[in-house]
Amino acid sequence: MIETHHLKLSYDSIPVIDALDVCIPAGKITALVGPNGCGKSTLLRGLSRLLKPRGGLVLLNGKDIHTIPTRELAKRLGILPQGPVAPEGLTVRELVAQGRYPHQSWLKQWQAEDEAAVNRALDITGMTALAERPVDALSGGQRQRAWIAMTLAQETEIILLDEPTTFLDLSHQIEVLHLLERLNRDEGRTIVMVVHDLNHATRHAHHIIALRDGKIAAQGSPGQVVTRALLEDVFRVQADILRDPRLGVPICVPYALATQNAEGIKGYDSRG
Amino acid sequence: MNVPSPGSPEGGSPWLTLRTGALSFRVDRRVPLVALMTLLATLAVMVVNIGVGEYPIAPLDVVKTALRIGEYNKDYDFIVNTLRLPRMLVAVGVGLALGISGAIMQGLTRNPLASPDIMGISAGAGLSAVALIVIFKDVPASVIPFAAFAGAGIIALLIYLVAWRKGDSPIRMVLIGIGLAAVAGAGTSFMITFGDVHDVQRAMVWLTGSVYARSWDELHALLPWLIVFVPGAVLMARHLNALSLGEEVAMSLGSKVPAQRGLLILVSVALAGASVAAAGTIGFIGLMAPHIARKLVGVQHEGLLLISGVIGGFILVAADLVGRTLFAPIELPAGLVVAFIGAPFFVYLLILNNRR
Repeated sequence: MIETHHLKLSYDSIPVIDALDVCIPAGKITALVGPNGCGKSTLLRGLSRLLKPRGGLVLLNGKDIHTIPTRELAKRLGILPQGPVAPEGLTVRELVAQGRYPHQSWLKQWQAEDEAAVNRALDITGMTALAERPVDALSGGQRQRAWIAMTLAQETEIILLDEPTTFLDLSHQIEVLHLLERLNRDEGRTIVMVVHDLNHATRHAHHIIALRDGKIAAQGSPGQVVTRALLEDVFRVQADILRDPRLGVPICVPYALATQNAEGIKGYDSRG
Repeated sequence: MNVPSPGSPEGGSPWLTLRTGALSFRVDRRVPLVALMTLLATLAVMVVNIGVGEYPIAPLDVVKTALRIGEYNKDYDFIVNTLRLPRMLVAVGVGLALGISGAIMQGLTRNPLASPDIMGISAGAGLSAVALIVIFKDVPASVIPFAAFAGAGIIALLIYLVAWRKGDSPIRMVLIGIGLAAVAGAGTSFMITFGDVHDVQRAMVWLTGSVYARSWDELHALLPWLIVFVPGAVLMARHLNALSLGEEVAMSLGSKVPAQRGLLILVSVALAGASVAAAGTIGFIGLMAPHIARKLVGVQHEGLLLISGVIGGFILVAADLVGRTLFAPIELPAGLVVAFIGAPFFVYLLILNNRR
């Protein structure tokens, strides 16, 4: 379980998140949502130590992550940044093998369990057949699966992902989201993802945290969080809330901009 | 550049794995054969190179004389072991250092155009080596690498501070490097213009880059740097692999990014500096050798660093051979010959980079 206490995060001394208390439940899929610039990616980076807090604490099972040795933390918490780029010519298998980095030492660079973890990660992500292909020759969805396989081979209990479906077409989005669901269900991994599409969050996450201006606007199950009021308040759109015919979770269909404070709206469909 | 994956049968691994109780290691399956072939090729060119000249010696006699085995001609001893062999060993060492240095820089910066010469690091080393010779006169050969290292380090630091920001384009880093190289080159010319004739002759080598008349002295000055930093580079290969995925991914994998990157820059700069101290500023080897090596053994640095080094050695020895024979008895400096192939290669990489 990850918790934050009065967490303060800033970019180049511009405060983004101030005094945030949040709790990420273990064994669940949590989605961080919110409009552009709300601080959701910043929060994800803060949770993973990619960004050093200006104040407050991030606790992993009650322990401050900044007191955990780098390698130890990397065995327990993996993060996939947004849009990573592999060196040209690196094969999928070689990329996935990099996930073993925190488990290696000078003398023990390639144990049998390293090999087994890589094969397993390739298998789970369905990348075994593509293992010897260069990453740069794959389609977007395959490439994202290869990176997720790397994070998987790291064998961490928690996986953080920053917009894992951005830049992917519909089928590739579904491909990646279903993979994450399987990882959570079959492997019991805790997953935290920043997602841009609210309907992805409602359909694929157990827990949603909606942020606005670096503060929590709402959190809870999809049914609790996704309401007309929240969409107006956080995303500045008016929307109909329907029920997903298969899952029963709410899905939102925006039809107009919220009336108040119409300027300064960032497009619902743009990235960020 | 698409590196074709080695033919690996169903379930077969593209890796050679060594495992004993306390030790385990893996390397690309292609590495041993490629290493053997490139080493043999380099040795062959060395033998030919030692054999040709005003006083030709048959290859077999070269080998016998150099190793001092069997019946060898005592007249050859001076030509081979005093004149030509040390020059060849310096050439191999310099090429090795440049190839590894370039491979580290390209991996660290994730920039296919990075190399010690293009980023101005070699020119910085050349300037400080020349300054040392012109200002302090008769300095021993063993001191020059330290000055070269300092000069290379200053340029590397400038590049790091000015051009190494996330999201900066590879071209920007190269342009700044070329600018710094021009400034350092101008400084070197300035030193040479105002230095006295004796020193200038010794310093001229830094303008062209050559292994002309290198002796055991230069080899002995170079060797300790190779002995420390070549194994140092290979031991850091695993960390370089992680860093070559980008800073954030490396951090999430548990790499101590600033420390490991700093160490790798140090190794790369030391190798570049030592090479410049021995042979002047020879361009394009640090750029080309890693590209060729990646085609042969892929991008994992465990194998790539050494193969880049051996190919660097091969290029310089071959360039020296061409320079000595093409217009004999006039000798072209090896640096000039390398530039003849290297400059078009650089333009090709630039065009490739722009297409992306």
